[in-house]
Amino acid sequence: MTMIFGIPIQAFLGQLLVGLINGSFYALLSLGLAVIFGLLRVINFAHGAQYMLGAFVAFLGLKHLGIPYWAALVVAPLVVGAFGALIERTMLSRLYNLDPLYGLLFTFGLALTLEGTMRWYYGASGQPYSAPAALTGAIKLPFMVLPIYRAWVIVASLVVCLAVWALIEKTRLGATLRAATENPSLVQSFGINVPMLLTLTYALGAGLAALAGVLAAPIYQVSPLMGSNIIIVVFAVVVVGGMGSILGAIVTGYLLGVAEGLTKVFYPEASNIVIFVIMAIVLILRPAGLFGKEG
Amino acid sequence: MTALLDVRDLNAWYGESHVLHGVNLQVDEGETVCILGRNGMGKTTTLRSIMGLVRKRSGAIGFAGRDLMTMPLHHVARAGLGFVPEERGIFATLSVDENLMLPPVVAPGGMTLDEIHALFPNLKERRNSPGTKLSGGEQQMLAMARILRTGARCLLLDEPTEGLAPVIIEAIGNVLRELKKRGMTVVLVEQNFRFASRVADRFYVMDHGVMTHEFPVGELDARMDMLHETLGV
Repeated sequence: MTMIFGIPIQAFLGQLLVGLINGSFYALLSLGLAVIFGLLRVINFAHGAQYMLGAFVAFLGLKHLGIPYWAALVVAPLVVGAFGALIERTMLSRLYNLDPLYGLLFTFGLALTLEGTMRWYYGASGQPYSAPAALTGAIKLPFMVLPIYRAWVIVASLVVCLAVWALIEKTRLGATLRAATENPSLVQSFGINVPMLLTLTYALGAGLAALAGVLAAPIYQVSPLMGSNIIIVVFAVVVVGGMGSILGAIVTGYLLGVAEGLTKVFYPEASNIVIFVIMAIVLILRPAGLFGKEG
Repeated sequence: MTALLDVRDLNAWYGESHVLHGVNLQVDEGETVCILGRNGMGKTTTLRSIMGLVRKRSGAIGFAGRDLMTMPLHHVARAGLGFVPEERGIFATLSVDENLMLPPVVAPGGMTLDEIHALFPNLKERRNSPGTKLSGGEQQMLAMARILRTGARCLLLDEPTEGLAPVIIEAIGNVLRELKKRGMTVVLVEQNFRFASRVADRFYVMDHGVMTHEFPVGELDARMDMLHETLGV
């Protein structure tokens, strides 16, 4: 048996893969959080609930309306994004001129309400959601067996992260978003509808969370609590990457997923806390995060 | 003929602090009007209130026959007003080109990119640099150029010469004279009245939140004693 650092290579690569999968979700979720925080200056505590809603839209859509997985990848982000836009327009936007704590408390309350509602109707246990036939099965590589669905998740998440990064860094709309992040009232004085931009940004962030939820549905079960389980780690990712840094959120998401996976190989007892240990170290050495700007 | 920009009894507040106490200002189409006054007298607040950036205000602001008081901030530019803030407002995360292309075109008749590059050659050379890597003078040029692209009819310019070298100030003066030839209306806030006297048609003097004097450029010499007293120069 081939060994690497005294560990069988299958175990090593297996955990590397698990780490990359988790990292894919961390990256997608922290990207949405970073986009929302960058422009709205709101720490979106409802992000985990929006991820959960995405999974539920896929699950319920399949069960009641026969919406297949591929359509759910589009429908769920649109539904949850529209819901996010409604929440932003009617409630969250009233809090922008207040202390940031109000936005945080509001989204936290929203998360609890959404989770509680889903628990009331669907209970706390998970519901299965199967991957489409085209993505089931596995590829046998010389050193390991690679489940096709997991490979798909990694590829899809990478593509979406890169697309969002390109949207923000390379397009006219992205330049407007970046400018509005720096000085919203000046951008609005140029004739740009900044309140609308804020609504769309919140919808984009919520939609990204929902997309992650659909991708997660066949791997983890669809449960009202799936969001609160992952969101704490995602906040740690955002802190390590640097609040509001788009590239930082993406890269840190994958890195910490892999770090978590590899810790399972070498020191399994620490795997649940390794991300938080890294967060503590980063906060001591570089309080603005790995990709954040000081001050 | 009614003025293009007609401000009457404008009051404005920053929080509890009452800054403008009934400002009256009329600017005709094609005119360059300069507001003189010491620091803290309300010149910048006047421009920011006209633009709608200061929302706590009362009075009347008309522009091209439209009421600006009830207009949302993002509609004011579309009515034809362009604002160049004192701090210039160049975006650090945007390249020079991105800064230049940021404000949407609101009306036909704005400058083309070629015209802008002819007027401000530095902006062409440095088009891919981050906006805030430009010198102070270049940032001022960029802040003006991006509004000139939009087709705005009236430019609100807040202390464009502040902190700049004489040769740059001269260049900005040339730009303003070029704009006047094209029929642009300009409201200029300045402390440097030697500069202002070369570009303005008419002056307002501002003191403690009101306009205390108003006179055409021809009377500048006769008003020197008053200006020295009010401006402390």
